[in-house]
Amino acid sequence: MASIEVRDASVDFPIFDAKTRSLKKAVLGVVGGRIGPNASKVVVVEALRGITLDLQHGARVGLIGHNGAGKSTLLRLLSGIYEPTGGTASVQGRVAPVFDLGVGMDPEISGYENIIIRGLFLGMTRKQMDERVGDIATFTELGDYLRLPLRTYSTGMRVRLALGVVTSIDPEILLLDEGIGAVDADFLRKARGRLTDLVDRAGLLVFASHSDDLLRDLCDTGIWLEHGQIRMQGPLDEVLVAYNNRGPGPKRRPPAGGGRR
Amino acid sequence: MPAQVLSTAVARTPATLHRSRSWGLAFDDLARGWRQQELWGHLGWQDIKQRYRRSVLGPLWITISMAVTAIALGVLYAGLFGNRLEEQLPYILIGFIVWAFIGSSITEGAMVFIANERLIKHLPAPISVHVFRLIWRQTLFFGHNLLVYAVMLVVFPQPLSLASLAAVPAFALLMVNGFWAALLVGIVSTRFRDLPPVTVSVVQLMFFMTPIVWIYEDLLNSTNETIASRARLAELNPFLHYLEIIRRPMLGESFELRHWVVVLVITVLGWALTLVVLRNYRARVSYWV
Ligand SMILES: Nc1ncnc2c1ncn2[C@@H]1O[C@H](COP(=O)(O)OP(=O)(O)O)[C@@H](O)[C@H]1O
Ligand SMILES: [Mg+2]
Repeated sequence: MASIEVRDASVDFPIFDAKTRSLKKAVLGVVGGRIGPNASKVVVVEALRGITLDLQHGARVGLIGHNGAGKSTLLRLLSGIYEPTGGTASVQGRVAPVFDLGVGMDPEISGYENIIIRGLFLGMTRKQMDERVGDIATFTELGDYLRLPLRTYSTGMRVRLALGVVTSIDPEILLLDEGIGAVDADFLRKARGRLTDLVDRAGLLVFASHSDDLLRDLCDTGIWLEHGQIRMQGPLDEVLVAYNNRGPGPKRRPPAGGGRR
Repeated sequence: MPAQVLSTAVARTPATLHRSRSWGLAFDDLARGWRQQELWGHLGWQDIKQRYRRSVLGPLWITISMAVTAIALGVLYAGLFGNRLEEQLPYILIGFIVWAFIGSSITEGAMVFIANERLIKHLPAPISVHVFRLIWRQTLFFGHNLLVYAVMLVVFPQPLSLASLAAVPAFALLMVNGFWAALLVGIVSTRFRDLPPVTVSVVQLMFFMTPIVWIYEDLLNSTNETIASRARLAELNPFLHYLEIIRRPMLGESFELRHWVVVLVITVLGWALTLVVLRNYRARVSYWV
């Protein structure tokens, strides 16, 4: 059964500059060459701090927060792409992510090929994908476009394709980033049915979005992220109300300064 | 300065780094990567098709360009060194085919994660998948190039025997070594971005230091004592041994144990080092890339 258990997790990105990215400078530094005062200091961005989450089968969670709040980073943490730099994150169940637009798809190859490759990445076999390709083609309504290279697709078309794949492979944990808002309303209505079915059947949805309507459509719980921390967690409506009444826009926090990783 | 960076990191978050840095997770990455054969098998083919999609000759393009280069250089160096063409050409041809595998595994290894940044950040997968894909692609290139070797055998027959089958385990060793080299250089290059261009220069230099166009045994048996002693120095070059374990059987030459011993020793040491780096930095690749 799908579950997500995150304990006091943090994600720190090291921000390297020309100096700290260079092996030559690092080696010179070790053997005693003089290379400026800040040689060993790497700035870090604390994208997530002290995240604690318990999500069980059936949870439909909406992630809310301003740009840079850490929504995409949290989704990547849950997908296993980032292992936490502090705390722990344990995710049980088969994960299917739809992050950026078109993501990790090869623009030079056809839509069909991209469907197969995405499926393989998500742990399916070629045979299983061959069986599903027809269904995905029908759902995405892309028709003959599937034979054309992906570079000829609009953003919305790419999102359709990605959604078609993840909803066809029976994932237990579905992670959606805001990019999926790029598809038109009609298609989204159709996708919604499929997504809610999927969550009812299988497991768990975490969805980041700036659209209250989309969030209300798909989610029942809300998590409000601010500066990489959970500011509020609860029933979606309450969190949305609190978020929308938060007052003046958030102040940007500068990256944590040198000396640490 | 990676050492210092790490020590502060450990002091700050002992629990998780401990967890990410485990032998279990390192081996698990390799095992899961291996099991995704359909994925990297598919991507590797895709890479090859991509390269010849726009050429008129199609897949033959890879083979023919290798043949043209080897013939041109074979003729040139046969003339320069005063060697017979039927000796020089097969030697250069095999050297080229093998070097294409070795050199590209290393230079493309330096870019193996950097070039796949989008995939790494968007689709969760073991990092070794990208290395399997790279080695598989190079193996497919090697397969295409073997056609040139087959044609060469018709034009310039070699004294092949059952012992020539040693080329098969020799190639397996090249793959096993190509894998650790690409994985190791790949991880370090992701952190230190000045490494890929350096890698290209070093591989280029090694091409000239390794007996690929010049015939090692001729220099070794030279009557000129300084040339012969210089040639012996070439034994210090590990690439010489990698080349000899496969070129000798492909030319029908005798089995030389020392080349195999050197290669086996480096295989073990290289994997040991790579596993340590994989254990410690596997989870950092998606942060660095
Ligand atoms: N790969 C990265 N390297 C450095 N900083 C990053 C990286 N990814 C995200 N960040 C930083 O982490 C913070 C959170 O980003 P993100 O998760 O993309 O926010 P959101 O999706 O909520 O807009 C931002 O400050 C962003 O600049
Ligand atoms: Mg985002």
